[in-house]
Amino acid sequence: MADKVMSIAEVVGELRSGMTIGIGGWGSRRKPMALVRAIARSALTDLTVVSYGGPDVGLLVAAGRVRRVVTGFVSLDSIPLEPHFRRARQLGAVELTELDEGMLHWGLLAAARRLPYLPIRAGLGSDVLRVNPELRTVRSPYSDGEELVAVPALTLDVALVHLNRADRQGNGQYLGPDPYFDDLFCLAATRSFISCERLVDPAELRSGGPAQSLLISRMMVSGVLETPHGAHFTSCVPDYDRDEAFQREYAESAASPQAWDRFRARYLDADEAHYQRAVS
Amino acid sequence: MTGASRVEVCIVACAEAWRGDGEILASSIGLIPRLASQLASRTFAPDLVLSDGEAGLVGDDGAEGWLPYRAVLGIAAAGRRHMMMGASQLDRYGNQNISCIGSWAQPTAQLLGVRGAPGNTINHPTSYWVPRHTRRVFVERVDVVSGIGYDRAAALGPPGNRFHEIRLVVTDKAVLDFQSPDRGMRLRSVHPGVSVDEVVAATGFPLQLPDHVPETRSPSDRELRLIRDQLDPAGLRDHELGR
Repeated sequence: MADKVMSIAEVVGELRSGMTIGIGGWGSRRKPMALVRAIARSALTDLTVVSYGGPDVGLLVAAGRVRRVVTGFVSLDSIPLEPHFRRARQLGAVELTELDEGMLHWGLLAAARRLPYLPIRAGLGSDVLRVNPELRTVRSPYSDGEELVAVPALTLDVALVHLNRADRQGNGQYLGPDPYFDDLFCLAATRSFISCERLVDPAELRSGGPAQSLLISRMMVSGVLETPHGAHFTSCVPDYDRDEAFQREYAESAASPQAWDRFRARYLDADEAHYQRAVS
Repeated sequence: MTGASRVEVCIVACAEAWRGDGEILASSIGLIPRLASQLASRTFAPDLVLSDGEAGLVGDDGAEGWLPYRAVLGIAAAGRRHMMMGASQLDRYGNQNISCIGSWAQPTAQLLGVRGAPGNTINHPTSYWVPRHTRRVFVERVDVVSGIGYDRAAALGPPGNRFHEIRLVVTDKAVLDFQSPDRGMRLRSVHPGVSVDEVVAATGFPLQLPDHVPETRSPSDRELRLIRDQLDPAGLRDHELGR
């Protein structure tokens, strides 16, 4: 079996401007922030980011890497409104495809199943159809004739997710309460890169949790990397909770361009090792 | 028991939203709806299923199930759910906005995004908790229809609208519903100490007013004991109402 271990720089080196990148996790929970930080530092532009949005979206938007966000919300959970995303929206600096949470799920499911779309009831009657004029409805071909929203497949060039544990072949394990949609992100993408708190051997992966915690199979994965504390400051239970104090500091950095510059210089501009030293 | 505070009246009024719902998921966003769902489940709605706010379901004796986000979205589509959520704006037909204020293309205030509101309102009963009843919230027209109201549901027609129901809107001043001929918002009751005129003045569109507007029921001694001694002994509820 192939050894798929990569470095952060190698993963970012696989990305291109204009790509559609799906990011796992949910809100400010189990986000692959080490990779997000590296993309923020890169010269990539015009990315489309598909995410149940949290600081992944906010940070990449603030760093100027993003043309379009595809999401149902962007929130820091304990801070309900993501201030960087908020600021960018209010300045008209980022495009948005705003979907219902269920529609986003269905779109990933369609892509993961290689279907052009999946029908859903969510969205009917709402302004989601007004603000996304490209969305179409379909009529059931059966006797009920019901009209439903045809959620187009959200096909991704790349998926980035963060797990608690993984092995060198790319099998990934979550040890918290919620898998979120990470396996769907991986299957919806041409290539998937998974970061993890700790790379372990397959025996430790098996003994670390029940079989159903092995959410990501190596057949879904192109590369794997160890990024300890790599979801910081989002939660990565049971390894660590959200760093609420740091999240507040991050949120405050949206107050002005100067505040953002200070935050960036202090935490982001060097590399991941520097970041981890700065926050420890 | 000393007399109920306004927020305790609100908690009981929110709990009433789930009366008669049976064995479904009572989802809630925010402290007051959460306390209300717990109160309902411990009193008149014992069959309700409650989330722990993460991926767990909790019964009287602790964990009783697992419901990660993907399963919550599945339960919403299955319709076995009645959710009480917030609203930054609400109009007379119960259209709700949590997405943004101003033009959608470049909002003056970006809010949460539509979240699950479109799917919730088309799939299962939905109620709203508004901690500050003002004309900023109760507007003639919402800027973005996130959760759909009765005019949108009527325009959709059957069969698409068959699961749509906005049950109650509970505020710091009153309880409202849509039990009127044209499904416009109706004043169902005013909280003790609040006048009908006060509610009308704080609402940015004409409310349907029955000839007699009753007072919102007061919590029972048992309900007050549950709220004060078990559900919220730290008194977090006292910081939840708008001033």
